[in-house]
Amino acid sequence: MAAPIAIHLEFGGGAELLFEGLKEHRVTLPSQLEPWDMKQLLVWIQRNLLKERPELFVQGDSVRPGILVLINDADWELMGELEYQLQDQDNIVFISTLHGG
Amino acid sequence: MAEDVCCLKAKLREKDREIAALRDKLAQLEKNPSSAPELHNKVIPLTPLTVKPALSNEDIMRYSRQLLLPELGVKGQLKLSRTSVLVVGCGGLGCPVAQYLAAAGIGRLGLLDYDEVELSNLHRQVLHGEENQGQAKALSAASAVRRLNSTVECVPYHLQLSPENALQLIQQYDIVADCSDNVPTRYLVNDACVLSGKPLVSASALRMEGQLTVYNYRGGPCYRCLYPVPPPPETVTNCSDGGVLGVVPGIMGCFQALEVLKIASGQGSSCGQQLVMFDAQDARFRSIRLRPKQPGCAVCGENASVTQLLDYEAFCGSAATDKCRKLNLLSTNQRITVQEYKSILDNAGPHLLLDVRPLVEVDICHLPLSLNIPLSSLEDRKSDHLQLLKEGISKLKQQMAGDCQPSVYVICKQGNDSQKAVQVLEKMSGSEVDNITVKDISGGLMAWAKKIDPTFPQY
Repeated sequence: MAAPIAIHLEFGGGAELLFEGLKEHRVTLPSQLEPWDMKQLLVWIQRNLLKERPELFVQGDSVRPGILVLINDADWELMGELEYQLQDQDNIVFISTLHGG
Repeated sequence: MAEDVCCLKAKLREKDREIAALRDKLAQLEKNPSSAPELHNKVIPLTPLTVKPALSNEDIMRYSRQLLLPELGVKGQLKLSRTSVLVVGCGGLGCPVAQYLAAAGIGRLGLLDYDEVELSNLHRQVLHGEENQGQAKALSAASAVRRLNSTVECVPYHLQLSPENALQLIQQYDIVADCSDNVPTRYLVNDACVLSGKPLVSASALRMEGQLTVYNYRGGPCYRCLYPVPPPPETVTNCSDGGVLGVVPGIMGCFQALEVLKIASGQGSSCGQQLVMFDAQDARFRSIRLRPKQPGCAVCGENASVTQLLDYEAFCGSAATDKCRKLNLLSTNQRITVQEYKSILDNAGPHLLLDVRPLVEVDICHLPLSLNIPLSSLEDRKSDHLQLLKEGISKLKQQMAGDCQPSVYVICKQGNDSQKAVQVLEKMSGSEVDNITVKDISGGLMAWAKKIDPTFPQY
């Protein structure tokens, strides 16, 4: 049984607008049998934080194209993407790419 | 008689001054034949940059404060003078990029933009002035740069970068700065840079945030390595919809100029596998370590499938501009024109006018007697807003004789959100609210300002 973990979620580049404009969320993921991974976190976010228009945030079981995910200040591609196992006090950032100039 | 002599002498003095001014101008032109920028509307072959063997006394004086930096020095300054940079987009990012590169003594500056200067550009596109409205941005930027440093060779292009011209253009430059404002152009610039082996210093800005990365540089990733699939068009916000504080692209453009100068002078950039994010609200910069070049990348990978430029508008599902698209979600009998709405007002036809823009836009301007419920509140069925709507409809019913359905007209800025709102309201009609007839006012408040009331503000 994995203990509950506290993590820090951040949304930026406009992705925060899907979360009532709040850029920072400190959340506690409940205790569960297996360790939490990014795939499960996305489902948890969808159920608990994202109430409307999920298609602007997720696509299939990952984030939609144009959102970059950072785990502790590194591109999640370097960390195992969906398979990354979350640790207590991790900092996860979802940043929407900007195109304006 | 004496008065006439006096007058003629004054006229002669005036003419003498004019002649002197013309002589000066001629001498200036003869000294530096390229000082009047010639605007190009197509890609032209450029002569190779003249290689300066050494700095002149004037150069030494002009660049003295940066020559003192060991990081740059005479060697770096000479490298700058031998480097050509293409600036794609002369807007909020492109203006500071061009300005600082010219000030620092870059050799040649290609300035590309298809657009003309508008009043709503001036809060962020700081090379253009009020007198440049209507002028090609590329020319306006080139003239401003010329005033700053006439020794920099400026090549203004008044054209849209396209799959047909991008390679020919980019091949002629050493470094490319992506200062564009839309998704298809960003993919086009990336692919053209990869195919011609040029480093790409890319920045973007929106609202109160900015991002910067150097792509295709010293074996690092390209734009496609990070974003293999373009974002769905409906998730992309541009500056004319989302807004932008002028200083934010200013800061990002300055940052871009800095990275270009480091690459050009031989110091090198450390942003090749790094994303710099700027949050103006929190006054915070943050650097993120990015993935390396992806072996599976469609354009820079091992078995690249993109070997020539494509139709990027089709690839991205959106136009290569930041101008707003016009949606067509409704049939013609669900829409009325601004002229039709004007005659409803003139005939005092009972109706409810629903303005579905966000409050921040309603504060800028609105029609009298409109009820403001933002589209997002309708979509989310916000209870206090639904209550307002119900009250509005029942008040209208009381005014109306007989049993015909109350009419609700929906308006927004340009007539896109109002169509979405009509679709939402039609679903609500008869269940969540009383039966209503809903129509959208085509073209929105901007059409109202253009066609009905010229005193109504446009934004």
